[in-house]
Amino acid sequence: MKKLKPLSRILIILSAVLMVSGYFLPLWQILMWAPQYPEGLDMQIWINDIKGDVKIISALNHYIGMRHIEVSMFPEFQYMIYIVGFLIAFGLLASLVNRRFMLVTFTTLIIACALAALVDFYLWGYDYGHNLDPTAPIIVPGMSYQPPLIGTKQLLNFTAFSGPDIGGWIFIASGILAIGTVVFEFKRFHNKI
Amino acid sequence: MKTRTTIFKMLALLIGTAAVFSSCKPKGPADVAMGDAASKVYVAPGKYDEFYNIVSGGFNGQIAVYGIPSGRLFKILPVFSVFPESGYGYSEETKPMLNTSHGFVPWDDLHHIALSTTKGEHDGRWIFANGNNTPRVARVSFKSFRTEEILEIPNSGGNHSSPFITENTEYLVAGTRFSIPMDNKDVPISSYKENFKGSISFVKIDPVNGHMNIAFQLRTPGFNYDLSRAGKGPSHGWFFFSCYNTEQAYTLLEVNASQKDKDFIMAVNWKKAEEYIAQGKGKTEKVRYAHNTYDDKTHSATSKMENEVLVLDVSEFPDIVYFIPCAKSPHGCDVDPTGEYIVGSGKLAAMMPVFSFTKIQNAIANKDYEGDFNGIPVIKYEAALHGEVKKPGLGPLHTEFDEKGNAYTSMFVSSEIVKWNVKTLEILDRVPTYYSIGHLSVPGGPTAKPHGKYVIAYNKITKDRYLPTGPELSQSAQLYDISGDKMRLLLDFPTVGEPHYAEAIPASMITPTSTKIYKIEENEHQYAAKGEAQAKVERKGNEIHVYMTAIRSHLTPDNIEGVRLGDEVFFHVTNLEQDWDVPHGFAIKGAANAEILIMPGETQTLKWKPLTTGVVPFYCTDFCSALHQEMSGYIRISPAGSNTPLKFSTGKIEGQP
Repeated sequence: MKKLKPLSRILIILSAVLMVSGYFLPLWQILMWAPQYPEGLDMQIWINDIKGDVKIISALNHYIGMRHIEVSMFPEFQYMIYIVGFLIAFGLLASLVNRRFMLVTFTTLIIACALAALVDFYLWGYDYGHNLDPTAPIIVPGMSYQPPLIGTKQLLNFTAFSGPDIGGWIFIASGILAIGTVVFEFKRFHNKI
Repeated sequence: MKTRTTIFKMLALLIGTAAVFSSCKPKGPADVAMGDAASKVYVAPGKYDEFYNIVSGGFNGQIAVYGIPSGRLFKILPVFSVFPESGYGYSEETKPMLNTSHGFVPWDDLHHIALSTTKGEHDGRWIFANGNNTPRVARVSFKSFRTEEILEIPNSGGNHSSPFITENTEYLVAGTRFSIPMDNKDVPISSYKENFKGSISFVKIDPVNGHMNIAFQLRTPGFNYDLSRAGKGPSHGWFFFSCYNTEQAYTLLEVNASQKDKDFIMAVNWKKAEEYIAQGKGKTEKVRYAHNTYDDKTHSATSKMENEVLVLDVSEFPDIVYFIPCAKSPHGCDVDPTGEYIVGSGKLAAMMPVFSFTKIQNAIANKDYEGDFNGIPVIKYEAALHGEVKKPGLGPLHTEFDEKGNAYTSMFVSSEIVKWNVKTLEILDRVPTYYSIGHLSVPGGPTAKPHGKYVIAYNKITKDRYLPTGPELSQSAQLYDISGDKMRLLLDFPTVGEPHYAEAIPASMITPTSTKIYKIEENEHQYAAKGEAQAKVERKGNEIHVYMTAIRSHLTPDNIEGVRLGDEVFFHVTNLEQDWDVPHGFAIKGAANAEILIMPGETQTLKWKPLTTGVVPFYCTDFCSALHQEMSGYIRISPAGSNTPLKFSTGKIEGQP
């Protein structure tokens, strides 16, 4: 049972506390530009809500048969607050318990949650972009409108961008802190022998 | 051989003479614009102009909004005239805006613009305008660029010296152009001197919401009141009016009102008048005038008939009003940015007097009068005079100022702008205008802090400036660069209606607060349907009220049955969009009025009375989306007394659940 260095315990607390920002800041953003929208349209995904020009995006997307984006489309919003809460609590506990395996578990949980979120987002995007209303006014044969997972993609007259928003970047920082702490702890161990 | 030489010599002489003469001919206007003028007025695609130019429309009763320096037209904003394009004056909500004591008056002659000021400087809150014919003043919001209030002016024979405002927009004035007998009295026209009176209204502006109310009227001698300006800085508290026809002629004014060498500038101590009113010295007179206000929450106007006004007869209060002799038939009466100098532009005079506020005050203190007019003191000309601008040009009309102590005066007869120094009265430059300039405008020119940079000429004659379009031509405005010592013509641009006066204001003061949409949740219209679930059709006697919604790209309901001949149908259309620049329109075949344009979040009503049975289509008139052409519906009209049930739907197909 390896104990942690005091610095590591502080870093773990920092990593956990940073994640609290997830309740107050947007995590992910989707930006769209078209010739008619030079100022751009944006949609932000929060921990339990979607904000931004959602109504305008939905109004435009209905021409090609995409569904109206509603909070109720995302069952994830029901439990995301608990998952993040659990992560934060686990981080604080890991620091308190002061054992390396707790640190490793904490880091693994963060990475697993991030991967799960990406997979979940991809699956939603696939469904939203492919599962189109067959009676839509405009049907472009062979065309689907899955938003990009990360990065930029051209969808008809729109250029769409998807990527982390400020809260997402803070989460990434939390993850890097946790991974860094793991590396630091293992280096220390190796250096000892 | 000799004869031939002589012929050659004569020919050479002839050609030489012709060459000399033709080189002496004045240069045409084509040569006037300078080399890099194009780059100075070029606003690249997608870029904004630096200034808004708020231009009166004269006989079209509207205001037009242009960009400076490009001269591009952005908007025609209806004020005193109906506007079928938007439904202004046609929709049930806007009809009350044009109500007067004479009933619904759908047209007026909009002459002058005043932009609201604080401490004498532009503040970007409101545009005021006057209706010259059926005396009215209007307030337009700088957020929505819509007319929000129209106030009729009682006891006025034509509201020309208006809507000029005081330094902090405390008051707006409305001075009668034509004196008339008060109280609609039936008297011989020839009894002008005895019975005709002038009337100057001081309209109080609420500093918070801009609402206008007539605080008091000054009863003044019977002649014509032309233009006016409020004092500012040291002269704050005073108002100056140009007066003509002090001859008190009532016929052939062109001759009979041009006899005297000097008419008057009337100086009004309005702070003093305010004191008398506060002391209860005003007399209440019975009058009738309409007060119309538009509410952007209910999206509706209401018209209220007012029936009283407080009057101060200036002959009974000798320290409110003073006359200053001013050269022949003054038009402009303009106060410079410091508030010290008052420029009188006698349109038939060969020089321009500039008066000094300090000297006027001293003259009043020393009772330096040359006599009185109807008991009102007339200050000695020399005692009030700062100096005269000698030989400025012919027909001086109106003066504005830059931030460097220079004045720019329009010369109608000699068709030019003359630049001169306010202090030294020295003429610095002159440029021709094409043709016969009326008013001119320097951005911020009438304020305490001019923005300078340009002067814009609003010409009265257009002639050959544009491609001919039959006998009636657009009006011609011209933009001059005044940043250097010499004025330089940059651009001609056509204007609609007949601009009289205009003001220009930096775009940066207006664009940040421009309204983009009306919030649907704030819509308090009585017949609003704030969602398709609220769309419905109701019968009230023989009135059918359709609570209709519009969103890209369908109307709800779009099938209506059960309307009978003899019914009146009110289409209350709510635009459910909440995105900028997505208005919807509504029109129905045979409507005897106009279309309506409905902004996002707004409700507007079109009244329609069917005259035959049958099925009548209606549709969206503002191209809103790729499916705009599909945005339509049908209303069925059954015979009177038939029992077709009242029903309505959208997307419902008969026989399907």
